[in-house]
Amino acid sequence: MTVTIKYFGLIAERTGRKEEVLTMDGENYDLKALKERCFSKYDLSDMQSVNIAVNQSLETSCTLKSGDEVAFLPPFAGG
Amino acid sequence: MPKNVFVQGAIPPEKVSDSIAKHQSKTSIGGHSIFLGQVRDDEVDGKVVAAIEYSAYEEMAEKELDKIREAAFSKYDLICAHIYHSLGVVRSGELCFFVFTSSAHRKSAREANQFLVDEIKERVPIFGKEIFEDATHQWKVNQ
Repeated sequence: MTVTIKYFGLIAERTGRKEEVLTMDGENYDLKALKERCFSKYDLSDMQSVNIAVNQSLETSCTLKSGDEVAFLPPFAGG
Repeated sequence: MPKNVFVQGAIPPEKVSDSIAKHQSKTSIGGHSIFLGQVRDDEVDGKVVAAIEYSAYEEMAEKELDKIREAAFSKYDLICAHIYHSLGVVRSGELCFFVFTSSAHRKSAREANQFLVDEIKERVPIFGKEIFEDATHQWKVNQ
């Protein structure tokens, strides 16, 4: 299965990219496992207050399916 | 309802007066409430913020803004509501956020305006890079 990952703000600065497509084995993948995979890949373990959106909705835990869009969001700063 | 919330660069003050003028034909309105967000020249460790560069997760921001707008209309007796937010670089002293609510009476216009401003700041994925005068930067976090 493949998932599109988007990074924003400070997180995009740390990963050096705004978007990537990841391929995982199997048809289901746990969101927390994906977070761990990305945090470990880019050494983001010191980052706090990271929100995750799956298909533009905030989620804390869920099972991902192929084609999902996962976004790593730093603290909001609108206004 | 217009949904083009995001404006590239600073919001020109003329946009505020133009918006007011456009509402003169809506004669059931008895009160407007306007909130204007302006970039502040905060000082951090001796360095002064010269500008904020805004970015957003636009697809999610549009969805959240729709939900917030719907909630405002069901909660308050609003006639109309308009929201504008900058993307890109906005220098200190310039406007970055404009929320304009109109009702038959002042109370709902004011309360809805505050509700919209607070909800947008908390729930809409907009990010701000504070650029200092020496070109270094830090990432803004809403209080």
